[in-house]
Amino acid sequence: MATKTSAPPFAGTAAQEDRLIRLIHEIKGERGSLMRVLQEAQDIYGYLPLEVQTLIARELNIPLEKVYGVVTFYSQFSLTPKGKYQIAVCMGTACYVRGAGVILDKLRKTLGITGAEVTPDGLFSINDCRCIGACGLAPVITINEDVYGRLSPTGEELDDILAKYKE
Amino acid sequence: MFRSHVLVCGGTGCYASGCAAVFTALDTEIKRNGLEKEVGVVQTGCFGLCALGPILIVYPEGSFYSLVKETDIPEIVSEHLLKGRVVERLLYQETLCEEQGIKSLNETGFYKKQLRIALRNCGVINPEEIDEYIGADGYEALGKCLTEMTPDDVIKIVLDSGLRGRGGGGFPTGRKWQLARNLVPDADQKYVCCNADEGDPGAFMDRSVLEGDPHVLIEAMAIAGYAIGANMGYVYVRAEYPIAVKRLQIAIEQARNYGLLGKNIFGTDFEFDLEIRLGAGAFVCGEETALMTSIEGHRGEPNPRPPFPAEKGLWGKPTVLNNVETYANIPQIILKGADWFASMGTEKSKGTKVFALGGKINNTGLVEIPMGTTLRDVVYEIGGGIPDGKKFKAAQTGGPSGGCIPLSHIDVPIDYDNLIEIGSMMGSGGLIIMDEDNCMVDIAKFFLEFTVEESCGKCTPCRIGTKRLYETLEKITSGNGTMEDVEGLEELCNYICDNSLCGLGQTAPNPVKSTLRYFKDEYITHVKDRKCPAGVCTDLLTYKIVDEKCKRCTACIKVCPTEAITGAVKELHFIHPEKCIKCDACVQRCKFDAIIKE
Repeated sequence: MATKTSAPPFAGTAAQEDRLIRLIHEIKGERGSLMRVLQEAQDIYGYLPLEVQTLIARELNIPLEKVYGVVTFYSQFSLTPKGKYQIAVCMGTACYVRGAGVILDKLRKTLGITGAEVTPDGLFSINDCRCIGACGLAPVITINEDVYGRLSPTGEELDDILAKYKE
Repeated sequence: MFRSHVLVCGGTGCYASGCAAVFTALDTEIKRNGLEKEVGVVQTGCFGLCALGPILIVYPEGSFYSLVKETDIPEIVSEHLLKGRVVERLLYQETLCEEQGIKSLNETGFYKKQLRIALRNCGVINPEEIDEYIGADGYEALGKCLTEMTPDDVIKIVLDSGLRGRGGGGFPTGRKWQLARNLVPDADQKYVCCNADEGDPGAFMDRSVLEGDPHVLIEAMAIAGYAIGANMGYVYVRAEYPIAVKRLQIAIEQARNYGLLGKNIFGTDFEFDLEIRLGAGAFVCGEETALMTSIEGHRGEPNPRPPFPAEKGLWGKPTVLNNVETYANIPQIILKGADWFASMGTEKSKGTKVFALGGKINNTGLVEIPMGTTLRDVVYEIGGGIPDGKKFKAAQTGGPSGGCIPLSHIDVPIDYDNLIEIGSMMGSGGLIIMDEDNCMVDIAKFFLEFTVEESCGKCTPCRIGTKRLYETLEKITSGNGTMEDVEGLEELCNYICDNSLCGLGQTAPNPVKSTLRYFKDEYITHVKDRKCPAGVCTDLLTYKIVDEKCKRCTACIKVCPTEAITGAVKELHFIHPEKCIKCDACVQRCKFDAIIKE
């Protein structure tokens, strides 16, 4: 998928690298540790650019293509940076039949981004996610840790919600 | 001792409705009134009635407060907890009745026909306190197994109970355990795994058990370990369930501290321990071989079976893999016996099933019903009917692997075999209700879009076949379909079912097959008349103003983003189809229902 060129070049710090390497050495012996390393690395950097994958491959002593293969397999891992506020639109069936598709379209239109893109100011990225299990409140979106449920099927509330994060 | 207890639902649904703020406010108010020694506040798992969250129940009265806001708390504390006067305006309306004041929750439509076995502790105990679980007979079943029963006794009781896998397939659980125990007699290591990678969009049963009663899973997995001869277990949970993961982690720690995990459990030489592994968002990892590949740290691709996991599973060792809800039944079966469990349900489907009831239904939430309950009871009694007086069109079970149940089958008793017979399946428990405003071709397309994205790509029939199915559905919903397309769908469906490697591909065409079976007329209308009867497929709609209803108020003109509506106050309004982008803004704005889509 085409991504916006606004994605900044990799800017990992020595402190981040140090943290990751220490963690890898801690859990290196565990069987099947690659998934956990990747999850922790994504927590540290916010995403998994090639530079981070190379580091992981080196420290775990496994081929880079194996790391890359796993990263690209799971939707939770991201090769590009995400916005400061990550919007997730639940596209579970319960939300979908109550208008989640309209809400996703409207968000994309309002923010002018699609797919894995980030808004030019770095604030927002949108994800259509699988069921978050709040089906009783469908349709639901989350922005980082905040959950907004019982939205109207036309997404009238979205502008007000977004405004809260723009300040 | 407390004189009152307040139970606050802390499930994900209620969290999203703001129960954390309610909980904090309750704590502050109780302290402010000096009641902290008299009133105990407990955060529990899911009560089930998510649509009415945040929810709290005050005992001993059993007052069920729904849709509670932070600002309601001072009133509840000062009126109810201090003065003993129930705040009627906040009660769940159904629990109010004229003669005797408050009716028991178990007599309300939502709960009356339910039978809670897997969910028995959800919404009753504090999931973060092992003592509360033990107080509710927790770990008694494990103790009984270890001290009074042989592994073969345990397997026999599970076999005799007739328990079948609740993850969707319905394979007899006891049989699975038996195979894992006996197939490789000289195995040096075996594993017990739990599938908590609940990927079906619109299903949250497993999450609710993990959030509301995590210890039941630990106890049941230890029992399974004893039965098959394993000393290690893994729980594979979706990373999207942070609350569930946290509570399970707490529960594992507590169990270890109590000596209920680890070495010499109950003073015997049985040892067992558990680890959590997080998924990373891949639906295919709900398939058993893919799940184990993922635990091993690889791309979660499935492998051909045989060999089955009971022979060669995790790291090549014999493994038992069950779903969360299946495990949640085990301790009760051990304690109350196989006959007790087998007395519930239908001939070939015993016990209960948990469903996540969602979509166009009043009481969305979590329900547990005896096998054999009809869909009609679920929709109209437990679910409280369809909102806005709309008509029931279909219920979807089994998610992307399942199918639709139309009105004509609404009285079929729900069990594994009946659902398969009518072209759907039990699935893991998603139950989505659809009304006349839902387009069945669009629903089929929705599920196919899901499977196209989630197909792992290992085998061709699934990777390319589902994509072709999706493209054909897209063609039909955009008004470019032909009758050959509709006929071709069926052949392609059968081909994909017959030739895919794993369960994902083999069942992926089911949403198309079942909508073709019951709603073929909708497909034909899309193709022949270029119309979407439910008014969903935007490419097939035109927006029109009904002159008789229009009050000439210009509200629609102001809201139209593309200036597609012309007219002025007291003049005829008109929508220009070439400019209209069908955004629906005018329909939403018009107060007189003067704009129609056809």
